[in-house]
Amino acid sequence: MVQAVPLKVLAGSSFLDRPVTGGYASDMLSLVMAGAKAGNVWVTMQGHPNVAAVASLLGLAAVVVTEDSPVDPATLQRAEENGVPVLTTGLDTFSLVAELSRLGVRGVRSGPGS
Amino acid sequence: MNPTRPVFADLHLHTVASACAEVEMIPPLIVRRARELGVELLAVTDHHTVENAAAVQEAARPAGIRVLAGMEVQTREEVHVVCYFDDLDQAEQWQEMIWSRLPGLANRPEFFGDQYVVDATGAYVRTNERLLQTSTDLSFEEVFSLAEQWGILAVPAHVDRPRYSLFANLGVLPEGVALPGVEISRNLTPEEALRRFPSLRGLGMLQSGDAHRLEEMTNATLLKLEAPTAQEIRKALLGQGGRSVKILQASGGIAWTGGGEHGRTA
Repeated sequence: MVQAVPLKVLAGSSFLDRPVTGGYASDMLSLVMAGAKAGNVWVTMQGHPNVAAVASLLGLAAVVVTEDSPVDPATLQRAEENGVPVLTTGLDTFSLVAELSRLGVRGVRSGPGS
Repeated sequence: MNPTRPVFADLHLHTVASACAEVEMIPPLIVRRARELGVELLAVTDHHTVENAAAVQEAARPAGIRVLAGMEVQTREEVHVVCYFDDLDQAEQWQEMIWSRLPGLANRPEFFGDQYVVDATGAYVRTNERLLQTSTDLSFEEVFSLAEQWGILAVPAHVDRPRYSLFANLGVLPEGVALPGVEISRNLTPEEALRRFPSLRGLGMLQSGDAHRLEEMTNATLLKLEAPTAQEIRKALLGQGGRSVKILQASGGIAWTGGGEHGRTA
């Protein structure tokens, strides 16, 4: 995934081997806490330290920050500590999700045949 | 030590300088409504502008109502934070700084509404043509660190709301910020707020109207202060030196929040 899109790894490079169970995209952390599942890739524009906390809490496979949005240094530090890969891309969220979909990553609520 | 005095307050209020506020949100009508509600301390907290604060202060003076200049700031995570100033010059300097952190676009009144600067009688003075109803490029942490540097009071606004709020947008209380307290919206009790967000326990709470129309103004927050200032409100939130804050619900319930002698015991 990292090479195929491609994505830049900012933190947690040694934790990139986790199986990806699906994807979730939102910038509202409360919705992510309620909706994302363990092993998901989370696509967001938020670079706030709470992103690392929520990703760790839920056991997400990785966070991808889109549009090269600024990522707080504290986010990267927390991500390293908690073993959460943080990746970035210049792509916007829509385009990245399309790429991930092409690579076979499915949304948590995708129906059969989607 | 000076004696403290109890004062009912509504510390989140929009005027016609906010694109989303109704045209009735002009100084004389705001003051009239505050009098009806027994509110003696107001804060004008328009979106990214303090331009109408002085007009409301002037209109409120004959009624003996004190008005703080304030501003509702939107962080880059789209979290709303209300800021309070004790000095109008400082508020205007803060406004200059904030404007430099906005995208520099023109407002589109047909979409957002107009942003009117008015005088104490509510008469039109000018239109602010800058797009104010959008995010600054400052993070939540940056807003609080600037507020500390400037010596102003900053409080996360309507933390219980499903959007533009600390919990909706950032999920949990950020670790790196020492909050003086929080604001809850007018539609829930402090007990409900604590039930939904247990991490608020121990923090002082303000309940404010976030009024965009007159009927949304509130009188639920009772502060005990030595003087009606932002610095005193900070001390009340922290429960320092006999100052305190409590929220009186219309049903008759009283909720003490924050630290100090009354902290969470009543």
